[in-house]
Amino acid sequence: MTRMVPHPLLSLGLLAMWLLLNGPSLGHALLGGAIALVAGWALSALEPERLRLRRPGAMLRLFGIVGLDIIRSNIAVAGLILTRDRKGKRRSGFVKVSLRLRDPAALAVLSIIVTATPGTAWLEYDPETGVLLLHVFDLVSEEDWQHLIRDRYEALLLEVFP
Amino acid sequence: MTATLMWGALTWAQFALAAAACLASWRILRGPRAQDRILGLDTLYVTVMLLFVVTGLRVGTSFFFEAALVIGLLGFVATVALAKFLIRGEVIE
Amino acid sequence: MIWMQNLPLWVALPAALLVVAGSTLTLLGTLGLVTLKSFYDRLHAPTLGTSWGTAAILLASMLVFGWTEGRLVLHELVIGIFVMVTTPVTLMLLGRAALYRDRGEGSAEVPEAPPEPAPAEQP
Repeated sequence: MTRMVPHPLLSLGLLAMWLLLNGPSLGHALLGGAIALVAGWALSALEPERLRLRRPGAMLRLFGIVGLDIIRSNIAVAGLILTRDRKGKRRSGFVKVSLRLRDPAALAVLSIIVTATPGTAWLEYDPETGVLLLHVFDLVSEEDWQHLIRDRYEALLLEVFP
Repeated sequence: MTATLMWGALTWAQFALAAAACLASWRILRGPRAQDRILGLDTLYVTVMLLFVVTGLRVGTSFFFEAALVIGLLGFVATVALAKFLIRGEVIE
Repeated sequence: MIWMQNLPLWVALPAALLVVAGSTLTLLGTLGLVTLKSFYDRLHAPTLGTSWGTAAILLASMLVFGWTEGRLVLHELVIGIFVMVTTPVTLMLLGRAALYRDRGEGSAEVPEAPPEPAPAEQP
């Protein structure tokens, strides 16, 4: 089973996308399934390590938290742009956060979260020291942002990716 | 009644997105630096993609989705290539 | 617009609200792109359009086409996921490019580069 389908998540995702784009039918299910299988083999030739996910509950909670945060920061940034930066009182700046995460897939998810949220931008990550450089749109205190990244997102990501 | 509602919403959306595309183009033309222009181009791609989706909604066909998907793909590849060029082009100089 | 004549209100009202909200957010994002002063501030502006601007418009389209076609329409999900996954890559690369260029010019605005690992000795 593992040799036939080395990357079940990737193959399932590809099959789902194929069916979404072409409309569900038996022929497309067969064709998409074949393509998904071949893509799985190709990936296993490229990258020997398999991605393991634990605790789907924590992952769902992360999705919920991130969705809410994105809505909230959308409103906050839109308000800041409309009020002309609180009449010039807004200050932006760079924040350094040292991360405990080392797994590349987990870092990729964290980068999606940080960039998708308006108001924070991921600039640079140093794999030697694990220090992440962020740019924050509305910087009140650096410690708040370090706590936010470390406790709100990183802790959950550490649970999902062992 | 509902047709009028949707007509108003879609008209507003088309005007807003067209204005957004103009603002993004202004940033492309104005600069001042290369990274600003690329950021403007990326924004322009996303805005025009959304404009296509809204137009598809107005006309009632799903052909515009394929176009929107292609625009999204092209925008991604173009921006990545340009940003990469900013980093590497100066290394060679 | 004739094809929308018999759209029920419970579909049309949320769809209209979503379309207006999404396009307005995108417009505000580009307004920020024009008015904000520094490049790193402007880097935040397009994310308004790529997060909820895109999501709201795609949700509205799913709602309307789902009702008129009489089945669950999920085409838009592909665009949504695609935008969600590619935006971080482009913005991160642009941010790094800007950082690299500013450091190359010795700008005082940006933080120092992390210390380079010692290069291997060339014989």
